[in-house]
Amino acid sequence: MVKLYIPRDTTACSLGADKVAAAVQRLINAQTLPLEIVRNGSRGLYWLEPLLEIESAKGRIAFGPITVDKVDDFMATRCWQGNTEHPACLGAVEEIPFLKNQQRLTFARVGVVDPLSIDDYIAHEGFKGLHAALAMPAQDIVRCVTESGLRGRGGAAFPTGIKWQTVLDTAADQKYIVCNADEGDSGTYSDRMLMESDPFCLIEGMLIAGLAVGADTGYIYLREEYPLARQILVEAIALARARGYLGPSVAASKHHFELVLRLGAGAYICGEETSMLESLEGRRGEVRPKPPLPAIAGLFGKPSVINNVISLASVPTILANGPQSYAAYGMDRSRGTLPFQLAGNIKHAGLVELAFGSTLRTLLEDFGGGTRTGKPMRAVQVGGPLGAYLPESQWDTLLDYEAFLAIGALLGHGGVVAFDASVDMREQARFSMEFCAIESCGKCTPCRIGSVRGVEVIDQIRNAAETPEMNAKIAQSIELLEELCDTMVDGSLCAMGGMTPFPVRSALKHFAADFKTST
Amino acid sequence: MSEAANPQSDFTQSVKRIVQAHAAQPGALLPILHAVQEAFGYVSSEALPIIALGLNLSRAEVHGVVSFYHHFRSSPPGRLTVQICRAESCQAMGSRTLQAHAKRSLGVDFNETTANGAVTLLPVYCLGNCACSPAIRVGDKVFGNVDADSFDAIVAELSADAVEVRKMSRGDTHG
Ligand SMILES: Cc1cc2nc3c(=O)[nH]c(=O)nc-3n(C[C@H](O)[C@H](O)[C@H](O)COP(=O)(O)O)c2cc1C
Ligand code: SF4
Ligand code: FES
Repeated sequence: MVKLYIPRDTTACSLGADKVAAAVQRLINAQTLPLEIVRNGSRGLYWLEPLLEIESAKGRIAFGPITVDKVDDFMATRCWQGNTEHPACLGAVEEIPFLKNQQRLTFARVGVVDPLSIDDYIAHEGFKGLHAALAMPAQDIVRCVTESGLRGRGGAAFPTGIKWQTVLDTAADQKYIVCNADEGDSGTYSDRMLMESDPFCLIEGMLIAGLAVGADTGYIYLREEYPLARQILVEAIALARARGYLGPSVAASKHHFELVLRLGAGAYICGEETSMLESLEGRRGEVRPKPPLPAIAGLFGKPSVINNVISLASVPTILANGPQSYAAYGMDRSRGTLPFQLAGNIKHAGLVELAFGSTLRTLLEDFGGGTRTGKPMRAVQVGGPLGAYLPESQWDTLLDYEAFLAIGALLGHGGVVAFDASVDMREQARFSMEFCAIESCGKCTPCRIGSVRGVEVIDQIRNAAETPEMNAKIAQSIELLEELCDTMVDGSLCAMGGMTPFPVRSALKHFAADFKTST
Repeated sequence: MSEAANPQSDFTQSVKRIVQAHAAQPGALLPILHAVQEAFGYVSSEALPIIALGLNLSRAEVHGVVSFYHHFRSSPPGRLTVQICRAESCQAMGSRTLQAHAKRSLGVDFNETTANGAVTLLPVYCLGNCACSPAIRVGDKVFGNVDADSFDAIVAELSADAVEVRKMSRGDTHG
């Protein structure tokens, strides 16, 4: 039997991968072909999905996109006999430059393995990090993570090792590992991909975190908007339990670990860690003031490690290959790699895991290939809805947490959303305010009311552009908008209200002309 | 049979069963609300006191939680829920035009249900499908690179499916 890989990931399926798999299976049955379909995750070369791969002596050969209408034609070439004549043939998948030029550490198995096969996972270095951790004292595991230089991939980039150390040092009868899988930032999908394509990697990361700080229970807080990730996680957790990786004796050790999957309910703010804790405890997702730090008094009042999916999923490779091998990638205080997600109006949309230190332009041009519409690219929003819009003059900024902070921007969770020349930046600024108004938890007046006022003021600017005394009126409203931004920055408890001004101000600063045109 | 005889107490029993199944876990309220919405399509005001009683909360507390989260509905949805992503990546690929088309084509605004009860239109802020924006979700299926034509085709196809499923499940209870 030759293996034919057909992805099962939200985006591949959104382009018809399930229908393709069904059509191929029908042909296999009808013609008793020597083929076995494996539903792998996605490689993240999304403009080529559905991307099929056939096993061969020369490695896996890719064909894409193979939409359902192309299945008959594709199967007629009998690629499993070594025929690579089909026009959609892309050659060896690992040699496709978009993939070959990446440094896939955290995403090493993504798209390669069957996400729901523990044997496949183990055959690809799976649980190596766990076994290394099981042989170490807790303090050494934490030291390993600290030395790797790993910083939180959820947005705030706080050093993971320091967080774990605090939880380890806080004595308590019960501690928790909480995985933040709320992935609310628009333009981001790396958490989803990792969970759908390599769920055991997240489970392994959480197990290691549990060993490191002495926690025997983990929670995954998954956004409701990810139905396929949910289905795959439920199955993966059951499989891990059946094989003894979860439960009373993790991998035949004396350690106990339970994992609970919880669903969010469509609130962006519940990605903020204290709001997430409120939600997990069964309340409205209102942000808690800090202190206390969740590391000292977190879920149900107990010391808790709260980490993003990618932070936790980066831990197995760090433990398996040593902290130095991870820290060898990157620059300055940004060590290792970040899985960037190319989105919006970009030709080659997909996942690019890269060591810190390249430039944004590399992502947009070398990997992204420019816009999908073919018009010039004009603005790029990096780091989700609270991230700044960057004009071309800033695209040579290094992909480094500090370099982005220095220009009033953020890398955040690594989302990169491109816009072409047709974008109206006044509308984008308006949306930032509107989104804040919709998603504010309501606790602070500057965030709750300021954002509503922000929408109104931008509407005034838009209306003023139609009148003769527009210049004076617009200048006045822009001044008001700037003041509102100041108030939000100064008077907000969390980054929702505190950083919504970032995209708004970047639009005002770099795309001022858009605020003066009539619609 | 019993359903027709006493729907009220049957509803109460079902909600109670859901509450009991989850009440032992810490922070049970969201899992319960999800289970209730999955079972009935929405969290009705009749369900609130039953949940409140089961968790030793006030009705107002439960209501406060239901109203905080966009996902929980307090009125019944249409046979099909259609979510259109309004967030930035989808904006960059024409989501604003798609939203306007959807509203026109269905004759409803966001958070409304078509007069024939077929479709509820909802906004959503990212489906993680940003690599092929604009994206929509219909029930639990996600679609990418959606334009006006494919939107109409998807909704038409799945609406027909929804009617089929209803007929079949009605057939089941009688057969
Ligand atoms: C408004 C807001 C939304 C956030 N959303 C997310 C999210 O969706 N996922 C995430 O991992 N972190 C999110 N964060 C960051 C978390 O508060 C927290 O820093 C993170 O989960 C810690 O994990 P890390 O250190 O591994 O990044 C958000 C923060 C804010 C202020
Ligand atoms: S800034 Fe906004 S979201 Fe954050 S705590 Fe205040 S009101 Fe809530
Ligand atoms: S922004 Fe629309 S799917 Fe992510």
